[in-house]
Amino acid sequence: MTKAEIVQAIYTRVGGFSKKESADIVDLVFDMMKQTLGRGEKLKISGFGNFVLRDKRQRPGRNPQTGDAIEISERRVLKFKASQLLKAALNPRSSAQASHVER
Amino acid sequence: MTKSELIDAMAERTQLTKGRAEQVVNCIFDAMTEALERGEGIEIRGFGSFTVRPYKPYSGRNPRTGGAVPVAAKRLPFFKVGKDLKDVVNGSRHLPISGGDDRDDDRG
Repeated sequence: MTKAEIVQAIYTRVGGFSKKESADIVDLVFDMMKQTLGRGEKLKISGFGNFVLRDKRQRPGRNPQTGDAIEISERRVLKFKASQLLKAALNPRSSAQASHVER
Repeated sequence: MTKSELIDAMAERTQLTKGRAEQVVNCIFDAMTEALERGEGIEIRGFGSFTVRPYKPYSGRNPRTGGAVPVAAKRLPFFKVGKDLKDVVNGSRHLPISGGDDRDDDRG
């Protein structure tokens, strides 16, 4: 699935938007998500998952190509933690375990 | 930021009512969830990509009792951060991390 297919979903399911408006709206949603994370703010999408930030200390590493020792600088990284609902949706047969989180 | 805050912020930035903004945001995540359910990956340029990874069944352990617990085969979503977003996130290093704890709000 690409952004174009998400735009198509907005266009056909939500309705009332032109294709151009649908595309602009989808761009805006992802831009706003990006801006939020760029402010150092976590993003929690209930039913889908959480985009969380982690600060990593500087640590020793290796260039996998050459094997040379290099320093991996300190950095902030983004992790996606899938919602229990999303995990349950991907595993319909384990519904007995997942039933307590079903909507 | 939560989904409802994203909806509010959307409504503020556009001419949309909160109700319309909510339909839009829900539609986006519904469509993405459906793709993942089909086992289909999602690629959003500049943001990142989602893939579905299959995991084999294995025998786990109850950490409290030490007893063997069978863990069934499962599929889990995996997100790979896009280059652009990765840089944007790393650029916020000087700012404190905000937005509450990492807890999943869907339980209960």
